[in-house]
Amino acid sequence: MATAAPPRPTAPDAGPARTLRDVVFVEGVRTPFGKADEKGQYADTRADDLVVKVIRELLRRQPGLPPERIDEVAIAATTQTGDQGLTIGRTAAILAGLPRSVPGFAIDRMCAGAMTAVTTVASGIAVGAYDAAIAGGVEHMGHHPIGEGSDPNPRFVADRLVDPSALNMGATAENLHDRYPHLTRQRADAFAAASQEKYAKALANGKITPDLVPVATRSVELGWGLAGSDEMARPGTTLEALATLRTPFRPHGRVTAGNSSGLSDGATGCLLVSSDVAAELGLPVRMRMIGYAFAGVDPETMGTGPIPSTEKALAKAGLTIQDIGLIEINEAFAVQVLAFTDHFGLADDDERVNPYGGAIAMGHPLASSGVRLMTQLARQFGERPDVRYGITTMCVGLGMGGTVIWENPLYGSDSEASSDTEGSDSADGTDVDHDTTGSTL
Amino acid sequence: MTTIEKDRTTATPAVGSQADAANGRPEVVTKAITRLIDVPSPRTPSGSIRVALITLDNGRDHTRPNTLGPLGLASLDAAITSAVEAGPDAIAVTGKPFIFAVGADLSQIGSFTGRETAEEIGALGQRVFRRLSRSAIPTFAFVNGAAMGGGLELALHCEYRTLASNAAMLSLPEVFLGVLPGWGGTQLLPRIAGPDNAVTVIVENALNQNRAMKPKDALRLGVVDVVLDAADYLEQSLAWLAGVLDGSVTVARTEFGGAGDEEWAAALERGKLIADMRTHGHARSPYRALELIELSRTSDLDTGLAAERAVLTDLVMSQEFRAGIYAFNLVQRRARKPAGAPDPSLARPVSKVGVIGAGLMASQLALLFARQLHVPVVITDVDQARLDKGVAAVQREIDKLKGKGRISSDEVNRLTALVTGSLDYAAFSDADFVVEAVFEKLDVKKQVFAELEKHVRADCVLATNTSSLSVSAMAGDLLHPERVVGFHFFNPVAVMPLLEIIRAENTDDATLATAFALAKPLKKGPILVKDATGFAFNRLLIRFTGEILTSIDEGTPPDVADGALEPLGLPMSPLMLVQLTGPEVGLHVAETLHDSFGDRFPVSENLRRIVEAGHRTLLAWDEQGRQILDPEVAAIWQLGDRPSTAEQVRERALRALAEEARLILDEGVVADAADLDLAVITGGGWPFWLGGITPYLDREGVSERAVGRRFAPPGVATLPA
Repeated sequence: MATAAPPRPTAPDAGPARTLRDVVFVEGVRTPFGKADEKGQYADTRADDLVVKVIRELLRRQPGLPPERIDEVAIAATTQTGDQGLTIGRTAAILAGLPRSVPGFAIDRMCAGAMTAVTTVASGIAVGAYDAAIAGGVEHMGHHPIGEGSDPNPRFVADRLVDPSALNMGATAENLHDRYPHLTRQRADAFAAASQEKYAKALANGKITPDLVPVATRSVELGWGLAGSDEMARPGTTLEALATLRTPFRPHGRVTAGNSSGLSDGATGCLLVSSDVAAELGLPVRMRMIGYAFAGVDPETMGTGPIPSTEKALAKAGLTIQDIGLIEINEAFAVQVLAFTDHFGLADDDERVNPYGGAIAMGHPLASSGVRLMTQLARQFGERPDVRYGITTMCVGLGMGGTVIWENPLYGSDSEASSDTEGSDSADGTDVDHDTTGSTL
Repeated sequence: MTTIEKDRTTATPAVGSQADAANGRPEVVTKAITRLIDVPSPRTPSGSIRVALITLDNGRDHTRPNTLGPLGLASLDAAITSAVEAGPDAIAVTGKPFIFAVGADLSQIGSFTGRETAEEIGALGQRVFRRLSRSAIPTFAFVNGAAMGGGLELALHCEYRTLASNAAMLSLPEVFLGVLPGWGGTQLLPRIAGPDNAVTVIVENALNQNRAMKPKDALRLGVVDVVLDAADYLEQSLAWLAGVLDGSVTVARTEFGGAGDEEWAAALERGKLIADMRTHGHARSPYRALELIELSRTSDLDTGLAAERAVLTDLVMSQEFRAGIYAFNLVQRRARKPAGAPDPSLARPVSKVGVIGAGLMASQLALLFARQLHVPVVITDVDQARLDKGVAAVQREIDKLKGKGRISSDEVNRLTALVTGSLDYAAFSDADFVVEAVFEKLDVKKQVFAELEKHVRADCVLATNTSSLSVSAMAGDLLHPERVVGFHFFNPVAVMPLLEIIRAENTDDATLATAFALAKPLKKGPILVKDATGFAFNRLLIRFTGEILTSIDEGTPPDVADGALEPLGLPMSPLMLVQLTGPEVGLHVAETLHDSFGDRFPVSENLRRIVEAGHRTLLAWDEQGRQILDPEVAAIWQLGDRPSTAEQVRERALRALAEEARLILDEGVVADAADLDLAVITGGGWPFWLGGITPYLDREGVSERAVGRRFAPPGVATLPA
């Protein structure tokens, strides 16, 4: 999409020539993630309000973008009713105070909702339909438990289209352990403990908070609060502790609350523009989109989804896994990440994978997670001019995977962190330039 | 003529009904909860600052706003204690969604029987709030929604104030009700915003039918430091707080707005002029408030607060405040839940309206129905020329609304399409409600209804806007007299909230319920009236102005007679009232009332002469701008030789009011004195501090002198015995 897109040869009567445009990632933010229960920080906070805070923070961080230049607001939610209903991309845009001329829509690909929002508006930018767009996602799993209000067609089971376990994500993770017996619970637990540790370190080193927008939280009992950090993380999680957890999806199974992502509430959003518009408005280019792919797999082992989607995306881009220096993969379940690394011959603890930890530590508010991966990859690109390509990838319920390949615009430059990224650090002022931990190097 | 505009007073201080207070209804306690939160602060070495955020929340939704009674204040007191004990970098106070706090529960205060209780509540509020203004820790008010009275004063006690861009009601309405801001408002607001702005908020806005500030007004007046967008108001307020603490945000504020002698004098003089204009010197609260504003300049805060507290106690224990609270409840409650209205479920839907007559009243009615109900309205009249004129008049009014930016061009198109004219009564065949506003002659109106009945459905309501004729007589010869009802508006129709709904002899409940159901979307506060000549409001008013005209006829100098009611502070003098009604209409109504009630309603021969001479006005203004009788009118007016003093005229007019009010009640024309009070407030703009009229007649002893008994026992709308 990006590099080799010469003008289409046109016959004299075929209308104007088209040029595909480069799509760049300018800014990404998210709300802190909260526990999806009645004690969670967002228990009494509306899902659409979470999106509103994200949109406003994006605009605040990029004052160079006139709001009326936004051509689309695509917001994903898996359950599109209640406070996530009513075409949330449009309602959130109005609530956020965007001009009425800015349109919006709601989109759903279960866990890859926000990722699909990104690829959809990116395609629109590439083809010239949009100059700038906001893409993101939200899931308030406390207000909308997974599968809420769904009415699966009885043919799924009656006609054996899928095994009943395909509709239970935990069960699909157990199925994955069956398929890959060498991916043991112990390896999954070890990966989970490492995710917690990497996240704790990233948080301490100021890698997480700069991408968060604090959210005022309502509570009749406690009064107003301010959510400033993720609520799910369990720093100091040990292998021993993980080993004691029960396996809710299957007696004597392998999947536990410890080696899965927790049910959570949160919203994400990012700003994508065409590269010429970024230049025109002086917006920072933090990532350039190379390409993307989605792929279907057996719904019973949906966790394998990222394998074919990544193969497909790499093939289309003419790259191999060896070209990829950073991988942000959603940790719905540890075993699903291990299936991916195992397939590509990466070690369980490959340092390219999720350097800030992942959903096992942060939480996975379904439709929102895709953009979290991108926002984190963008931050890592800023610190790693030695890395040229990175991917964001995730598995999707009902057997799918999605992968987006990104290029680091800093690749080959000397500085550790481009000035482009500084603007995004204003949330807590942590200055990446002065961060010397090098933990991800 | 002043009116009570309901939309302005909608959310004024939460006031329970008299009954609630009398029953000792427990306080709906606004709990104050302190929560410690860490706010990112890039410029602070630790990266964050700690804020003790106090949330005010009574646990109800926004329709029951936060109020501050003794228990609520105790909760706030405790919350401040825990906030201070936590040793935070800042203390902030905010409210529940859409509501900050709307002040004291005034109905509770309005039921205090002793000075001590009044003193205590003043002292308690001041003491608790003062902890914030005295605090060594910086204090912030995050005014996220409605803030009135004591709620706004709480914010004034904080060092800094942010305001949400969607905050609906901001005001200090106390002076409007006959008291004053007594939890520090008179002392703090001049210090924060300067004397002139303090006068605007405390006196001018309050006396201007309790006008509320919009967020931009509050910012312009210096009442708040910054207005922040509603979409992420609390987050940005906390960020702003962090900015103030780290020095990246500075708030430019000079004590007393930097006002010097001249500004002070001008501000106080302006306040006095406004008070004179609005109350004619007869309400104490604005003048006391001005004195306290003046005091704030020279006295330290604690001395000023003590003075404010003492004045508040005096005013709480005043007749004016008791009447004010009573009047407020009438306008807020009784006007919305009219007494005696039948079961609303009996009402029939109204999806098409007919208006008969194309005169001024008729076109006003057509526009009102089209604009408020958004249903087709057909006007008719006797010939095409008049009809065209009537429709054109409506169109002109629609264009005027557009010109003022009150309606969009889509709405212009919609209204234009809704209002049509027809000479043929067949156009009413599918109407649900037809109101006539034709010439005020019984046989003309009977003819109109008889003809109409041939065309409309049997359940179509036939309403009359007559001001003096018998509705029952009008319905007498109809096949379906049960669907006739009186629907009496007051001029100007778009502005005056009063609507008399008249139940005639045969009016059935469904018809009456339909009439009442229309009142709400038409934004009128109806009262139910029995079919009696002059109904209620005009009968009271004509009786009263009749006494003035008679006094002049007898030989009292016109200015003495016309000025005799000055001490009541009515919005206009009796002669001005006659002039505004129109001498001809006034004469006609007086004649009708005279026919029904005899000599209580004399017909002034002088007025007849004035009308016959073609005068449409009575008054003029002399070189000093004083209202005087028009010399030409004066020349016609033949004065007798039995002059009265102003005092005699006043006593006579007030006794007449008391007598007529008593007769209206005894005859069952209205159910309760409260309906008469509501009528004179919403129909005549009579001031709150009179409580309409009957509380004033009671407290001045007029009721007992005139008819031997009061309208309500002491303690209801008046001070307890």
